[in-house]
Amino acid sequence: MYATNYAKATSLEDAVAKLQAAEDGKFLGGGQTLIATMKQRLAAPSDVIDVTKIPELKGITVDADTVTIGAATIHSEVASSKEIAAAIPALSGLAGTIGDPAVRNMGTMGGVLANNDPAADYPAAAMALDAVIHTSKGSYPATEYFTGMFETALDDDEIITKITYQIPLKAAYEKFRNPASRYSLCSVFVAVLKNGEPRVAVTGSGNDGVFRVGAMEEALKSNFAPEAVTGIAVDPETMLADIHGSAEYRAHLVSVLAGRAVAKAG
Amino acid sequence: MSEVKLTVNGREVSRDVEDRTLLVSFLREELGLTGTHVGCDTSQCGACTVHVDGKAVKSCTVFAVQMDGASVTTIEGLASGATLHPMQEAFRNNHGLQCGFCTPGMIMMGVDIVKRHPEGLDDTTIRKELEGNICRCTGYHNIVKAISAAAKEMSTPAMAAE
Ligand SMILES: Cc1cc2nc3c(=O)[nH]c(=O)nc-3n(C[C@H](O)[C@H](O)[C@H](O)COP(=O)(O)OP(=O)(O)OC[C@H]3O[C@@H](n4cnc5c(N)ncnc54)[C@H](O)[C@@H]3O)c2cc1C
Ligand code: FES
Ligand code: FES
Repeated sequence: MYATNYAKATSLEDAVAKLQAAEDGKFLGGGQTLIATMKQRLAAPSDVIDVTKIPELKGITVDADTVTIGAATIHSEVASSKEIAAAIPALSGLAGTIGDPAVRNMGTMGGVLANNDPAADYPAAAMALDAVIHTSKGSYPATEYFTGMFETALDDDEIITKITYQIPLKAAYEKFRNPASRYSLCSVFVAVLKNGEPRVAVTGSGNDGVFRVGAMEEALKSNFAPEAVTGIAVDPETMLADIHGSAEYRAHLVSVLAGRAVAKAG
Repeated sequence: MSEVKLTVNGREVSRDVEDRTLLVSFLREELGLTGTHVGCDTSQCGACTVHVDGKAVKSCTVFAVQMDGASVTTIEGLASGATLHPMQEAFRNNHGLQCGFCTPGMIMMGVDIVKRHPEGLDDTTIRKELEGNICRCTGYHNIVKAISAAAKEMSTPAMAAE
C-alpha cells in the first residue's frame, strides 16, 4: 500500500474541510472496499478521512411509513436490528447476506451506496423501496442517485448522511451468488409499496449497475404472481458479461429470480 | 505517523506507526504477536480474524490507527495460562486442522459465531457463518465438528461466567 494520512472527522464540516485541504483525499467508511483496494494499489488517496464517528451518520429510526438508517451503520447492525426486521424484513435479511460476518462488522451502508459496485446488494433495496439518499448537500431519490457502474450523483466532497426507505406492503430479495466471490451474479429485490406500486430492482447483472424492470412492474400491477414476470425477458445487450456468466445467462437469471422473489414476497 | 493506543489481550500498548499500517502488521511486526496470519491480499480468507471490542474483524482490512482506543483480542489472548479455550481444545480434539495456517482465524471466528448464537448451532448455520474463512486443507468437516463441540462446551454453566 502507498503511504497515506488518516484523520477522524468529528463533524460534517470537519470532514469536508479535511477533504478539501487534502491533495487527493477520500472519505473512509468501514474500509471494506477502500482499504482492500488500497492494499492492491488500485487506489492511492493521499488522505483518508474517517466519517464513521460523525453523529449525523448514526442511528436507526422507524416511523409509520419509513425506515431511516444512518450511513455509518454497519451491515451487522442492520441485519440484527429488531426495528428494521419488524418494518422491512427483506432489508435486514439482505444485510445478513453481505460478505461474511467480519466484513459485516466493519462495512457501512453509506460506503456501499457511495461505491455503487454493480454487484452490491443495498442498491437493489434502495431502488425497490423508493429510497431517498440524504447527503451533506441535499438529497436524491434513488432513481437519480445511481448514475452508472461505480457512478453516483455524489460530488467528491459530498457525504452520505442517512438513507430513508419506504416501508412496503411486502417485499423479498432473491440473491444468486457467484460461487467463488459470493457477490451477486444476479439478484432481484421485489416490493409492493404502500401506494400499491410494484417494484422490481436488479443488481449484479446490469452493465450500467442497478436497474428497475418497468415491464415487470407493469405486469405485477394486475397480477402479483411469479408467472406474471417469468415470461418477461430483459435485453442481453444491457447485461454484464464476464467469465462468470454471459449476458444471455444473466438475462435469463433476471426472469427466473424475479419469479422466485415474487413467490417469496407472497 | 500517528500514535496508536490499543488494549491487546488485556495489555495496554502504544506505538508510533505509519498511518497505512494495517492492524495485522501492527500485531505481528510491532507487537510480535505472529499468531494472527495473513493468507491473502484480497480480504477474503479470514486467516487474520481478531476480535475488536468483542467483534470479529479482518485485521488485514483495518488500519491500526483507525482502531485507536479499541480493545483487541488475538489468538494469543484466548487461553488462560496453560488451559486452552474450549474452542482451541475442540479444534485439537476434533482434528480441526492440518497445516494450521487458517486455524487462528477459524478459532477467532468460531468464538464469535458461538457468542452470536446463544440459541445453539446446527452445522448449516456454522457453514454459513464460516463464509469468510477459507481452509485449503481440511475440507471443513472437522472444523465444523470442532465449532459444534465447542458451542456445546461453551454453553455449559461452568463456562457461562466467562
Ligand atoms: C470479502 C468481501 C465480501 C464482500 N461481499 C459483499 C457482498 O456480498 N455484497 C455487497 O454489497 N458488498 C460486499 N462487500 C463490500 C462491503 O459491503 C463494503 O462494506 C462496502 O462495499 C463498502 O462499505 P465501507 O463502509 O467499507 O466503505 P469504504 O470501503 O470505507 O468506502 C467505499 C467508498 O465509499 C466512500 N464512502 C464511504 N462512506 C461514505 C459516506 N458516508 N459518504 C460518502 N462517501 C462514502 C469512500 O470514499 C469510498 O470511495 C464485500 C467486501 C469484502 C471485503
Ligand atoms: S489475510 Fe485478512 S482476509 Fe485474508
Ligand atoms: S488447515 Fe491448512 S489451511 Fe486450514
